[in-house]
Amino acid sequence: MILIPALFAVVPLVYNNQLLLFNMMVFLTLSQGINIIYGFTGYLPFGYMGLFGAGAYGASLAVLFLHVPAIVAVIIGGLTALVLSLILSPLLRLSGAYFAVSTLAASEIVYYVIANPDLTTITKGPYGINLSVIFNPQASYLTMAVITGLATAVVIYLKRSHLGLSLKAVRDDSLSAEMAGINVGRQRMLALAWSALFAGLTGATFAWQISVFYPDSVFDSSISIFAIVFCLFGGAGTVMGPIFGVLVLYGVYNLIGITEPQYFQLIYGVLIMVLVLFLPQGIASLVRKAGRDVL
Amino acid sequence: MLGFSLLAGVLFGLFFGLVGLGLNLVFGVMRIVNLAHGNFMMVGAFGAFWAYTLLGWNPLITVPIQGVAFVLAGIALYYLLVPRLVGLKDFDMISLVLFFGLSQVIEALGVLAFGNDPHSISQPVFGKAPVHFFGETFPVAWAVSALVSLILIALVYLYLYRTRAGYATRAVMASRQEAAASGVNVDFVSAIAFGIGLFLASVAGMLSLFMLGSVSANFGGGIIITAFAVVVLGGLGDPVGTVLGGLVYGVALMVMESFLPSWANVLPYVLLVGTLLVRPGGILGKEVRHV
Repeated sequence: MILIPALFAVVPLVYNNQLLLFNMMVFLTLSQGINIIYGFTGYLPFGYMGLFGAGAYGASLAVLFLHVPAIVAVIIGGLTALVLSLILSPLLRLSGAYFAVSTLAASEIVYYVIANPDLTTITKGPYGINLSVIFNPQASYLTMAVITGLATAVVIYLKRSHLGLSLKAVRDDSLSAEMAGINVGRQRMLALAWSALFAGLTGATFAWQISVFYPDSVFDSSISIFAIVFCLFGGAGTVMGPIFGVLVLYGVYNLIGITEPQYFQLIYGVLIMVLVLFLPQGIASLVRKAGRDVL
Repeated sequence: MLGFSLLAGVLFGLFFGLVGLGLNLVFGVMRIVNLAHGNFMMVGAFGAFWAYTLLGWNPLITVPIQGVAFVLAGIALYYLLVPRLVGLKDFDMISLVLFFGLSQVIEALGVLAFGNDPHSISQPVFGKAPVHFFGETFPVAWAVSALVSLILIALVYLYLYRTRAGYATRAVMASRQEAAASGVNVDFVSAIAFGIGLFLASVAGMLSLFMLGSVSANFGGGIIITAFAVVVLGGLGDPVGTVLGGLVYGVALMVMESFLPSWANVLPYVLLVGTLLVRPGGILGKEVRHV
């Protein structure tokens, strides 16, 4: 887990497309964030971009109004998403469909509040944010590398800890888990909180890196779709799955280049359907079939 | 102004009831949230648009013709996708993700074919004279849409409560296993319900051309949340409640647009999240799907 930030810190010395590497870390972290909540609880937040955007705006407004240093702003961004997730946590008592769709609605609420022209004095409304006062591509790049490492570390921790095991018990059979003395609601809430924290930290660091952005660019539903596809492709509930998914699919995405975003929407849509129908555990299940264990 | 908002709200409410009805019928029978519902609405709207633009067909004539295609497509899609999922442990989530993928596919194909521009049919297609009732004046297209919605809602009600196939459908809604044990052909009944659900989506899509002003190829992603909000307001799995949910939503929307227009966009989302947080069983509060 130290390896990942170290790797991303060293690669720019030999490969100079730093923005591509940065975006790769963003999607790697978001994909691990989806992994924490979906892989361990079976709850899939379609509106994950809402937490990402909340982090970006939480950090930006902290910089613009409180004039805090960038690192503090990133932490505030993470906490913003965390608070949002706690407000939504009662939805975790309902079945997964309610949760999935209502996170989408919650994301739209945050988006419309932020982009509302009536609130331009506070959020800059649809006119976007300019963070040039703290612009620092090197520092934000390294911060992102650290966050990516932390997210991976949390997934490794979850796989081995009591919390991760109890979450899997809840996912597999919530009734039996509850009878075994596991507090179902609280355990799910913890997973959602971790997942939201990383979405928020990533959104905040993303804002710091690009420094000029609009509500549309951080509340874009394709952010969620990408993260979900990468996680499903590699295999939810594993450490390596999202990493593999991002490296392969995001790599292919950039190799081909974006001419029409709809072609990728089409390909990813088909990919989601094929994976769900034929390979619900992702590529990881193929590796397991070959007799090897997957971290 | 309030009188106008309330009456317009009822007209829109019937339309939104229709928007939610197909989604809820499919959920009630199969426990699947058809996330592609909004995208099927888009396809229905574009079918009516092109039939009008190229052939000069009145949308009311297009509805039954393309309706047959939608019912057949629904039945085919059911047998293609659903039976292989039934019995899986996490059926709820797997089916949700599957239909999420389907919605992405349809939206991408729609945008590739038609671009992102909004398409609309000029209002006078249903006649030019505005409609008066209770001292207020409404566009004739609103009245026609409300009437079409009301007729279809009534037909679905008659199907569910007055026909043999409808009894079987409600039996499947109550319990898939027990219905199967009583000799109901569960797959066939579900496939028909799925076909009807898509047909209702196509009609709701056609009416969206008038009630929402225009339809673009990426319109499904937004309207599906409105549809879900209407369904949750009325209670998931309860088709009759959906009509009530539609009316509540329609009136709330019209009142918002009159008095707080810049916040009207947020309404479906707030209603959805608010209902689920406070009263997850819907207004009638029948059934809650706890885990």
